[in-house]
Amino acid sequence: MQRDGNRNVTGQERVKVAALVSVGRHPVTGRPRRAEYDARAVEIGLSLATGGNLHLAHAGECSPESEAALRAYLGMGIAGVDVLQQPAGADIVPALEAWLRELGPRLVLCGARGETGEASGLVPFLLAERLGWSLVCGLAAVESVDGDSMIVLQALPRGQRRRLKVRLPAVVTVDAAAQPARQSAFGPARRGGLQRLDTPVTPDGDAQSWTTAPARKRPKRLKIVKATSARDRFKAAAAKAEGGGGQVLTGVSAQAGAEAILKLLREEGVLR
Amino acid sequence: MNDIIRRDPRTEWIARNRLHPEHDAVLARMGGSTPAAKWMGPNGIIRRNPHAVGFIGPNGVRRIDRSGAQTANAGASARREAAAAPTRRQIRIETPAFYVAVVADMPGGRLSAHDRDVLGLARQLADEDSAGQGAVLLVSFGESREDALGDAGVDRVVSFAGERFEGYAPEQRLTALGGVERQHEPRHWLFPDSSLGGAELGRRLAARLGERPATQVWQIANGECTGRGAAGATDVTRRLPRIVLALPECAEPVSESTHAAESIAPPAALPQALRRIEDLGAVAVDPSSVALAEAEFILSAGNGIRDWGGFHRAASVLGATEGASRVAVDNGFMPRHRQVGATGTWVTARVYLAVGISGAIQHLQGIQQCDKVIAINTDPGCDMVKRADLAVIADSSEVLAALVELVDGVKKEQRNAA
Repeated sequence: MQRDGNRNVTGQERVKVAALVSVGRHPVTGRPRRAEYDARAVEIGLSLATGGNLHLAHAGECSPESEAALRAYLGMGIAGVDVLQQPAGADIVPALEAWLRELGPRLVLCGARGETGEASGLVPFLLAERLGWSLVCGLAAVESVDGDSMIVLQALPRGQRRRLKVRLPAVVTVDAAAQPARQSAFGPARRGGLQRLDTPVTPDGDAQSWTTAPARKRPKRLKIVKATSARDRFKAAAAKAEGGGGQVLTGVSAQAGAEAILKLLREEGVLR
Repeated sequence: MNDIIRRDPRTEWIARNRLHPEHDAVLARMGGSTPAAKWMGPNGIIRRNPHAVGFIGPNGVRRIDRSGAQTANAGASARREAAAAPTRRQIRIETPAFYVAVVADMPGGRLSAHDRDVLGLARQLADEDSAGQGAVLLVSFGESREDALGDAGVDRVVSFAGERFEGYAPEQRLTALGGVERQHEPRHWLFPDSSLGGAELGRRLAARLGERPATQVWQIANGECTGRGAAGATDVTRRLPRIVLALPECAEPVSESTHAAESIAPPAALPQALRRIEDLGAVAVDPSSVALAEAEFILSAGNGIRDWGGFHRAASVLGATEGASRVAVDNGFMPRHRQVGATGTWVTARVYLAVGISGAIQHLQGIQQCDKVIAINTDPGCDMVKRADLAVIADSSEVLAALVELVDGVKKEQRNAA
């Protein structure tokens, strides 16, 4: 894959960027890994800030398995990750908020949602609300950053893009529309450091009463036919796709036909 | 009109009793003006008139419909049709005990299937409380082009239109939702958990109100909700919170009742939102780089195309993603990954412009989810024309050339005006 977004945006050396990373879970094997969206966020961070200006934080446990997953971020070419030590079942938002206030970055990059736990995707929203920073979802690329604003491309459904001017400091979420993360290299992953920081722990009271179970397969929606007679039921079962009530223009000139089509395209708003 | 079939046991008894003095008169009355197809003869034998059975079909041939859905007896058939037509209960809630607010995505001004599912869920929540009847309040942004909001189960509509809410304006929309929160204090806020905006707006509102929402919810039952957690690997069951972000197919859309969908005035004085995000507009994306499955506007070519240069030119001028039928791909005019249909890609375009495609069943399956289908074809009897919302029966290359000319002309005018 071509990596044209990899170059540093010009005039960007002084911008302090933070990326919040988490330990992911491989969807097939269930092993800990670097989280897919978080890795993409780090990739964008690497294209914005060189080496020392990109700060990574992970809030959570630091067991040997999750340490291997966190080292995968280091293998992308990052010197160190701050690990805010939080036990399982703790609310990580206050710890992250305190860390961000102390660091004071201009831009915070997060994955759209985690791959373990509740994975509600709320953390960036809560952080932006509490810090009073701007928030943009679904970042595709950062075009330029200057002084107190940046210009970004936001990914929309159907492959569309939108250009936004966002005031800094900002929290930004990254999902599948951003470019894929680079591979993690073994050597840098071994050399990089995990700085364990002791932070105050806020227990997550609400989550105590939840029950968590492996995902059940969702029932498939049945096509309900409300027919009173057997004939109607048969017709519904054997029906071909028929619009019915469509307008048919017969014996019109090509010009008139084109005008009718253009009118409909305008109404639907698909012409740009 | 009263649709209830009323029986008169006495008349029926007279009709059965051929010795009754009023027997003939009653039979004539029951048969109506048309000759009776079946009656009891003087010797107690059922007599049939084969000429009175059935109806004259479109080709002038008498057709007999054994299901009884259509009979020569016009009055009876009208009554049966009225009974067969799905009638929705009209429901109007004068003073709701509480509100359930739904913020619909409404892409292109119409309710999406996801929106309808969420409205169905809201309907459940509004109806389940035995203490009082709740109302579903739809909050919509921008111009609405949906004319059957009531059929989707909406009791009240608050629509915020205007330049402030156009484009990407999450902060303005959030202040509007805050106004609705203050004015109506909905018992629940429901959002579609979709990338069209519902997921983002719902989370923003939850952060603003300080409520913890349930996300990726796919089931609500007995005051508890179940949602996906850990990227779809687990199910989290919890007490139903105030703010719910629901997945598609979380509930059945409303199908049995139609509601008032009265519009109520939006909150008058909204605080001015701090504008930290400025929308600089959509970026032109190369339509050919958009995946066919998620393209919004597809220009699709079939066997009827002779002028392929003209087709490609039309696609680039209209800004449409190119698609093709199986024949066009097999003949080598289009690459395989552009094939639409059961064996190719199932597309979800809003507008599908089919040029010279007759509409094989496999192809029609592939375009099932398209909103508007336009067909350009020379054969008025083909299946694609039957499926299409607009069909032009003409030579495809001429129509495409005229279309390109028109669009080009408009673009030139805009450039001159600018």
